[in-house]
Amino acid sequence: MDVSYEWLKELVDVPVSPEELADKVSRTGIEVDSVTHPDAGLKKIVVGKVLSLADHPDSDHLHVAQVDVGEEAPLQIVCGAPNIAAGQTVIVALPNSWVGGHTKIKKSKMRGVESNGMICALQELGFSDSVSPKAYSAGIYVFNEAIAPGTDALEALGMTDAILDFEITPNRADALGMRGVAWEVGATYDEKPHFKDIPVEETGKPITDLLTATVTDENDAPAYQMRVVSDVTIEESPLWLQRRLWNAGVRPVNNIVDVTNLIMLEYGQPLHAFDYDKLASHQILVRRATNGEHLTTLDGNDHELIDDDIVITDGTRPVALAGVMGGLDTEITASTKTVVIEAAKFAPVNIRRTALRYNLRSEASSRFEKGVDVGSINLALDEAARQMATLGHGAVATGTLSASAIKPEPVIVNISLARINHVLGAELTAETVTTIFKRLGFGVTEADGLFTVSIPTRRWDISIEADLIEEIARIYGYDELPSTLPTTTMTIGQFTPSQTRRRRTRKLLEGLGLTQAITYSLVAEADAPAFALEASEPTQVAWPMTNDHSTLRQNLVTGLLNAIAYNVARSQNDLALYEQGRVFLRSKDQTRPVEKEYVAGAITGLTRQKSWHEAAQAVDFYNVKGIVETLLGDYRLNEPVRYVALTDDPTLHPGQSASILLGDKRIGLIGRIHPGYAKAHSLPDTFVFELDLDALLAADRSDMTAAPAPKYPSVTRDIAIQVGIEVEHAAIEAVIWQNAGKYLQDSHLFDVYHGKNLPFGQKSMAYTLTYRRDDQTLTEDEVNAAFAKVQAALETELHAVIR
Amino acid sequence: MDLKTKLEQLDQENQKRIKSVKELDELNKIRVELLGKKGPITEALRGMRDLAPEERPKIGEFANQVKANLQESIAERKALLEQLAIHAQLAKETIDVTLPGDQKQVGTPHILDQIMDDIEDFFIGQGYQVVDGPEVEEDHYNFEMLNIPKDHPARDMQDTFYLDDQLLMRSQTSPVQARTLEIHDFSKGPLKMISPGRVYRRDNDDATHSHQFHQVEGLVIDKHITMADLKGTLLALAQHVFGADRQIRLRPSFFPFTEPSVEVDVSCFRCGGKGCAICKYSGWIEVLGAGMVHPNVLTNAGVDADVYGGFAFGLGPDRFAMLKYGIDDIRSFYQGDIRFLSQFQQEG
Repeated sequence: MDVSYEWLKELVDVPVSPEELADKVSRTGIEVDSVTHPDAGLKKIVVGKVLSLADHPDSDHLHVAQVDVGEEAPLQIVCGAPNIAAGQTVIVALPNSWVGGHTKIKKSKMRGVESNGMICALQELGFSDSVSPKAYSAGIYVFNEAIAPGTDALEALGMTDAILDFEITPNRADALGMRGVAWEVGATYDEKPHFKDIPVEETGKPITDLLTATVTDENDAPAYQMRVVSDVTIEESPLWLQRRLWNAGVRPVNNIVDVTNLIMLEYGQPLHAFDYDKLASHQILVRRATNGEHLTTLDGNDHELIDDDIVITDGTRPVALAGVMGGLDTEITASTKTVVIEAAKFAPVNIRRTALRYNLRSEASSRFEKGVDVGSINLALDEAARQMATLGHGAVATGTLSASAIKPEPVIVNISLARINHVLGAELTAETVTTIFKRLGFGVTEADGLFTVSIPTRRWDISIEADLIEEIARIYGYDELPSTLPTTTMTIGQFTPSQTRRRRTRKLLEGLGLTQAITYSLVAEADAPAFALEASEPTQVAWPMTNDHSTLRQNLVTGLLNAIAYNVARSQNDLALYEQGRVFLRSKDQTRPVEKEYVAGAITGLTRQKSWHEAAQAVDFYNVKGIVETLLGDYRLNEPVRYVALTDDPTLHPGQSASILLGDKRIGLIGRIHPGYAKAHSLPDTFVFELDLDALLAADRSDMTAAPAPKYPSVTRDIAIQVGIEVEHAAIEAVIWQNAGKYLQDSHLFDVYHGKNLPFGQKSMAYTLTYRRDDQTLTEDEVNAAFAKVQAALETELHAVIR
Repeated sequence: MDLKTKLEQLDQENQKRIKSVKELDELNKIRVELLGKKGPITEALRGMRDLAPEERPKIGEFANQVKANLQESIAERKALLEQLAIHAQLAKETIDVTLPGDQKQVGTPHILDQIMDDIEDFFIGQGYQVVDGPEVEEDHYNFEMLNIPKDHPARDMQDTFYLDDQLLMRSQTSPVQARTLEIHDFSKGPLKMISPGRVYRRDNDDATHSHQFHQVEGLVIDKHITMADLKGTLLALAQHVFGADRQIRLRPSFFPFTEPSVEVDVSCFRCGGKGCAICKYSGWIEVLGAGMVHPNVLTNAGVDADVYGGFAFGLGPDRFAMLKYGIDDIRSFYQGDIRFLSQFQQEG
């Protein structure tokens, strides 16, 4: 809310500058985002009177004006505005003045005619288009009252004021009016606001002769009050009112509409004005809309209403969406003679829903949805009627129509001094607390440390102890509270096993050379199911911001591949990235996805750069498998991990990919991305892996136990075998272990060869077998016997030739 | 030539020979040749039988003297040659120690995880537990349990991704408060928890907005937890994260789940509070929101608000990182540019 410093000072004494006020109020109550001085950067701009006007001799649209600017001789100024006329009081930027946009106005010649300054439009002084009165939007601004030429125009326009931008949180809707702001500032500086409430003079007919008003359901409109002002003349508002509005960011329209806005700005109470003569009947009825009923609102848009909307009707048709926007048919126009003013309180939830439904959020609806001060409804209505009668030269009808009403009564909240200090951790005295309540304008009595606090209706946000404690704390000052650490029963702080493991996993992968990435959980629909470890239905957000972030991811690999593509597009070609995070998996009968912790990696380019000392190493399958094996090894899994060739995943290379099985459960995948997929996604040759961390954490894992270092020496035997090229290492290992006897400690593949010197379709595999007994030294005979058994089994089971 | 002269001559000749030897192999040959069983000294001693018996001990002694002399010379020469050989080896093996070593590639933890890990460690040390919560959340926990009923204006404060009427991408980590409060057994002691994690808002991604970011929620509930405790806890946190000289200040604010609610500023770590571009010349930087837990939140979770109370806070690791390291575009965290990611070597 834009708060005019000058206006505020009329309502409460402010002992400090706008900047100091902004800082202080931000610390004790409501954050002030900025302080704006509208005249900043503007200089030598005065009020002038156009004495005479002549056509420019060399132009069909320029005029040459003689303008009295309060100096001895008038200034000759060339002006192109279509609405300039002799006799007008206008804004003049003198020679060497500064106008908006850091522009300096100099004496010049325009098509051969001397021009000593500029006659200004409001926009040229920095007014936004949304605030400048429409009547002058295409030309210069013309004052509607006589002001002595030479007067400071910035002051006349209210631009010497300071505007404080109060950031009103939803709970402080009481400060959505100047009076509320004045109370808040008053509490801050211990100053009591001084409001002028002038009684309204009722000189017209009894209102009941003119109009009736009924509310169908008082829950929808707990307070509904109306007044009528007749015989008004619609005209421009006086300058003081225009000033007030545009300094609050509101565009002046005409005297009646401007008064409704003025009153809303002062009291926080939104009002609506109807043209009495355009109401079909003079029986106002507040009711729910019927489904399918139509209303064209002030903005010219037609809406098909539903029965959740509260409408004001004129007995036959809706004439306003209650609390949101009036109807076009009954709006105030230049021909309006009689005005019906409405001041009400509507059901906040309905107002909010209606405003959202039709995208019609307005100053009025944003106030109604947060509530209004029931104590101000009639004050605001009366003042509106009084101002309209005054400014519109009309008469206020006698009486107020009351279709529904709430008796404004204070809310009583009791609180003890002990409770206040218990919550704040402070040692406030009863006197301090009483003083604070009084500064806030609350009624208070205290006996034996028990306060009975009477909360005026203007602070409808306060109803419980905690609310009062906040009021005390902020006015007392948070800076004054001590700083302590909680003293409770001791608690143990420790990570869960899962949290510990996840951290360990991250550290391991970083140690293995992978850099952690964090990618988006919301991904493109096509990316979500790729590289899936298990089948899942897609889960989508209802209203995505973009198609790229519409679906919850079911894998982590595509996010990493996006990062790879991003890097490669920036000539970063050697990449090793991992991410640890959640995927969202859902079966057909679930609406809520299951969240699983995964970890995935993507590696491309060189894992080692060529140097003077080492050859370059490009990533390959076994590189990445080594990373996965190291990681899985650290989990001390009881069941064996197996890598089974994966040939049917369309995103993966069918000859260089594997499912990772723990026992019989698929817990991961590893492989090279399919060349077709790489091409389609502008990716380089990339190897990826993905593991289901939750499955690993849930799997049987061996405890760490200690074993003494072996006492007896081990013996090794090397064996090289020639087998068919299709025989997998895993099969050979299986045969070795099945036939190794109990003393085999390790089988290590140290060479794989195929090519020259071998028959076609054959390869050579060489293993080192390590034997050891833990109870005594192995004899040569024992080793030879065990080794021979392995050799024989390889020959018979795999048709291996021992080399 | 008598035997003695012969021995003297043998000594002189061979001393010269030993001193001129250059190779250990050759020296070894000389040793074998001179001192071996078929060597000239043994040979000379064989001539002793021709001597008079009284001469024999003298010549024998002399012969042994010659043998000892030669042995000593060979040993000296051997030591010298060995030393020379080591020198030669060292000279040959000398390398340029300024040549670069074999670099091992080590990955870098993401800066956001570093910040969250650091904050977790800080609170673990104070007896807090770290609680994980779901990222797909129910409206019930994300809002209603937190005193934000449907159609409440406070829902405007965060625009939320809904999956359907009930499910949403959590817009804050606060629902973990509600979930933990519901199940915590207060008879076993106070609740002290933090909950870090991802949150989501319907924002268009730009330099200062991201539809995905992170929060760390904190909650302490017991029979006597005060606003002063909140202030002290946040001061300690601010000093831990932003430096020991930092101060904090609390300003009134509004969150539906706390009352009183405050926003917390930390004194500018760049200028120390004098005013600079980072703190927009105010000396203070807003870093988090906090407050005393609203009694409705406790009641909603089945906790007796007359007996129990405490504080909650929520902070943004993304914002912390941006402030602390001068990062000007929040998208940097999620794009995965290796040059951005790898610059944050683990602190400490």
